[in-house]
Amino acid sequence: MRVLAIDTSNLVLSVAVVDESRVLAEMTTNLRKNHSVRLMDNISLLLDELELSPQELDGIAVAKGPGSYTGVRIGVATAKSLAWSLGIPVVGISSLQAVALNACGFTGGIVPCFDARRGQVYTALYQSQGMNRLTEMAAEQIILLREWLPLIAAETAGRPLLFLGDDVALHRETIVEMLGERALFAPSAFNHPRAAHLGWLAIERIEQADDPHSLLPEYLQVAEAEAKWLAKNSATK
Amino acid sequence: MGEFTMMTKAGTRYQQRVQQTLQKHKASDKPTYILGIETSCDETSAAVVEDGRKILSNIIASQADIHKRFGGVVPEVASRRHVENITLTIEEALQAAGKTFDDLAGIAVTYGPGLVGALLVGVAAAKAISFARGIPLIGVHHIAGHIYANRLVEEMEFPLVALVVSGGHTELVLMKEHGDFAILGETRDDAAGEAYDKVARALHLPYPGGPEIDRLAKEGTASVPLPRAWLEADSYDFSFSGLKSAVLNTLHNAEQKGTTINPADMAASFQDSVCEVLVEKTLRAAKQYQVRQVLLAGGVAANRELRERLVQRCQSEGIKLVIPPLSLCTDNAAMIAAAGYIGYLKEDFADLDLNGVPGLPLATSSLQ
Ligand SMILES: [Zn+2]
Repeated sequence: MRVLAIDTSNLVLSVAVVDESRVLAEMTTNLRKNHSVRLMDNISLLLDELELSPQELDGIAVAKGPGSYTGVRIGVATAKSLAWSLGIPVVGISSLQAVALNACGFTGGIVPCFDARRGQVYTALYQSQGMNRLTEMAAEQIILLREWLPLIAAETAGRPLLFLGDDVALHRETIVEMLGERALFAPSAFNHPRAAHLGWLAIERIEQADDPHSLLPEYLQVAEAEAKWLAKNSATK
Repeated sequence: MGEFTMMTKAGTRYQQRVQQTLQKHKASDKPTYILGIETSCDETSAAVVEDGRKILSNIIASQADIHKRFGGVVPEVASRRHVENITLTIEEALQAAGKTFDDLAGIAVTYGPGLVGALLVGVAAAKAISFARGIPLIGVHHIAGHIYANRLVEEMEFPLVALVVSGGHTELVLMKEHGDFAILGETRDDAAGEAYDKVARALHLPYPGGPEIDRLAKEGTASVPLPRAWLEADSYDFSFSGLKSAVLNTLHNAEQKGTTINPADMAASFQDSVCEVLVEKTLRAAKQYQVRQVLLAGGVAANRELRERLVQRCQSEGIKLVIPPLSLCTDNAAMIAAAGYIGYLKEDFADLDLNGVPGLPLATSSLQ
């Protein structure tokens, strides 16, 4: 089984083709460049290198968010259209989990973070089971970093916490201030999502694949206009 | 767009597969079926059109009700809905047309102008399907689409002049042949549709304002003096912000003085000013360029007053007028497929780096 995996949820653009036992090809860039322009070209390049036609794919994996609204939409719209028009399954996977998989085997808490502005982060808390499985200790959410840190500190009972993601650099001071020695930071290669991880997870979950039509981004937030409208209309009731 | 890469030795496998599909369709005597995809604003639409003229299906998933409560289109909300609807809408269009991917000669998609987040969804889907199935991809300018809506009704006769008016655009376009567009004039500030929405709000009418003003105007008379923005004597450009301000000032002054203006009279006076300028500039262009057809395109073509006046003036001048039915005036994918058919015939194909371009200019001598 060959799975094409895609992650465009943040600045990183990562595409990979994996089978049950190997990563056949993977390309990851971390540039301030337009995913809309580059995603399909990168997929085309990868398949050409492997001398594979799209018809030889058996599934699509995609990081479905949270992350940049536009980035996530480009990834999901591409993945669901590819899967639907090829008649193959598609598996949507948390973009946070994609990054957390870099730290499989780490014995403390694994905390991927994407900046969500105004002191907030998109984040979750994972724990590694052996080398190939993550359990979710706290569900993905958008939360003020200063509220999040005490929560996960309590949840992990004195064990170290590994913070992952390019945006962690923005918040490092706050994290160290609140958690001191318990906070760990990884070398840069651990901070980037790797589509190969997504592909591997998708093969594991291919039996519970999503219907391409109903695969949707996970924004973790309603649109701002929607939030304002809801606030106004619940206040007047 | 992909011209240079297309010319490299072997090209990518994708380009080779696209060429194979093209040769297959050229060799067959079957009609040319183009799938159109449109997501530039708040309608998710997909259509299948035969030989650029015959609609086999035209599915529109409208979000109008969703945006109504915000009093206008919210880009983020629109983009989210497009992702929800996109593949379902395309599937429905293929099913309604009784066609499969293998029947398609090309996929035409709107890549601008429009809301960038909304455009990207349609573009991403079109590129993915084009790549998956090796179907030629054609990027279409949204205004070109509006103009080609006419060809779904009646064959074009050149030269022609098209008046394109909608919530987002007000343009006067001269066409000397297929795929050749010259902008004679455009709005310097608000689009006509925008002015309608703003005036409607001032008159406490619901969104979208166009149909409401059109309806209300029928009950009033154009008795409120309002300016006409003719601009320079030879200009085909439009301007509606001065008129909009005049309406708001007149309403405000009346309120201050404790007098009232009949909203129906204001609606009629506003329409009178907008339509007079639109119609007279169109007629002047039609005469100057000795056109064989005048086309009306875009959502504001649904406006009864504008249609009636244009019909009347074209009749008295002996100029042939084509107005598509209302269903083809608002955003839809059949018009994109119709315009894309011209790109297909010219083999003017986009590559996989096609992007959504919010401010895309309508270039001359090309659909793209
Ligand atoms: Zn339009």
